[in-house]
Amino acid sequence: MALLELRDVEARYGPVRALGGVSLAVEQGQIVAVLGANGAGKTTTLRSISGTVKRSGQILFDGKPLGRRGPESVARLGVAHVPEGRGTFAEMSVEENLKLGAYVRRGSLDEDVARVSRYFPWISTRLSQHAGTLSGGEQQMLALARALMSHPRMLLLDEPSLGLAPLVTREIFRIVSELNEKEGLTVLVVEQNAAIALEVASYAYVLEVGKVAVSGPSEELARNENVRKSYLGY
Amino acid sequence: MAEFFQQVVAGLATGSIFAALALALVLIHRATGVINFAQGEMAMFTTYIAWTMIENHGMNDWLAFGLTLVIAFGLGLGLQRAVIRPIERAPLLTTVIVTIGLVLIFNGLASLIWGAEVRAFPSPFPNDTWEIGGVAISQQDVGTFLTVLVMVSLLWAFFQFTKIGLALRASALNPDASRLVGVRVGWMLAIGWGLAAMLGAAAGMLTAPTVFLDPNMMQAVLIYAFAAAVLGGIDSPFGAVAGGLMLGVGLNLIGTYVDFVGAGLRLPVALLIILVVLLVKPSGLFGKPVTRRV
Repeated sequence: MALLELRDVEARYGPVRALGGVSLAVEQGQIVAVLGANGAGKTTTLRSISGTVKRSGQILFDGKPLGRRGPESVARLGVAHVPEGRGTFAEMSVEENLKLGAYVRRGSLDEDVARVSRYFPWISTRLSQHAGTLSGGEQQMLALARALMSHPRMLLLDEPSLGLAPLVTREIFRIVSELNEKEGLTVLVVEQNAAIALEVASYAYVLEVGKVAVSGPSEELARNENVRKSYLGY
Repeated sequence: MAEFFQQVVAGLATGSIFAALALALVLIHRATGVINFAQGEMAMFTTYIAWTMIENHGMNDWLAFGLTLVIAFGLGLGLQRAVIRPIERAPLLTTVIVTIGLVLIFNGLASLIWGAEVRAFPSPFPNDTWEIGGVAISQQDVGTFLTVLVMVSLLWAFFQFTKIGLALRASALNPDASRLVGVRVGWMLAIGWGLAAMLGAAAGMLTAPTVFLDPNMMQAVLIYAFAAAVLGGIDSPFGAVAGGLMLGVGLNLIGTYVDFVGAGLRLPVALLIILVVLLVKPSGLFGKPVTRRV
């Protein structure tokens, strides 16, 4: 059974329909990518899962329907959503951001701060720095670290490469796949940079105007001529 | 010189009351962008509750004081859930009108329950003075100032060092991101209203011994609190406290040394401060300039 399953999910912003019946599945321990052009509904797909947009259709997490659960409640199920623009608290310190990441669970934080510092070594020396003064790459890493603090069962990652230099993007995707290998973290990642996403993900969906146009194992999609022309550029 | 120091101490005492109520306004404004015009009347109403406990049930002053703070917290929390939450998504003007409606409701209820006559409210502090180097310092003033100081410090520690405090700050700064980490933002706003009502109740109970208890006693204090909050920066808790103290001391000194500003002109001076700050430096002395996210 898939950890996450979307069946015919629709979502709208007022009168505008952003998703027109998306179905997809993410298996436990898998990295799955959602690709597509601007406005194809990638971000809305993630938002429909975390409950930050009105949705209909069925979303099953661990076999149970999410129904009308709001974002607070979905987060408590173990779904960590790193949104577009990262959603860090710029006016707060790195440490406070991490504490907020662990908000839904009890117990000591020190162990987890040490744990996330293994992936992001700079964090342990800059706990008191304001998040707003970090570089873009560091903020993306902090957003990831904050998500890890909650011991999520699933990570929803929205466009981690946005506004970052290619090397930094590469580093972030390297850490995501390391997390997947070492901790068995299940990831659903939305990405415009199809090349890097297909490298890291084992399965991918391509969205076009709010619907799944193509899907398949990453190697297969990378060979697909349409996908190559439209999203990989060769 | 003795008179100067006496006026400063007295100013700090009234200023700390402005500060408490201004802080209440700031707490709610920071979290929701709403100015709660009913903050003063809520304070008056809870002060009547304290008065009933002391006068009608013979309760110890301090016990009544503490119990009233708890009741005020419940009142603020309940009001937010029952009245403010349903109109959360309504335009700002709707919320403003609703809080003005609450002013009338609390004022009317207080007159209905307790009558409109002016009543004496006991002070928990002795009505004595300390002589220090020729300066007579009222123990009442010192007690008032210290009470607010302790409350504000406890509140600061609560916001700074507790998990709920962190969630309260996060909800005010970025409600969407807070929801994504599992913070129940709706309840945080309600807790914010509860804490604001508590501060208000303290301001009310500290005001009543000197101005006497009547249903309109907090109306002027609310204007001063607005002036203090605007002066310090309507989104800055530190600014609210600093603004309150500056206003208290400033008004006292002006009243003493500027002949034509008697008691009658104190309120217009406060309004003038609001006007000037809004024109010259709308973000106040300690606030950050407003950047609107569209």
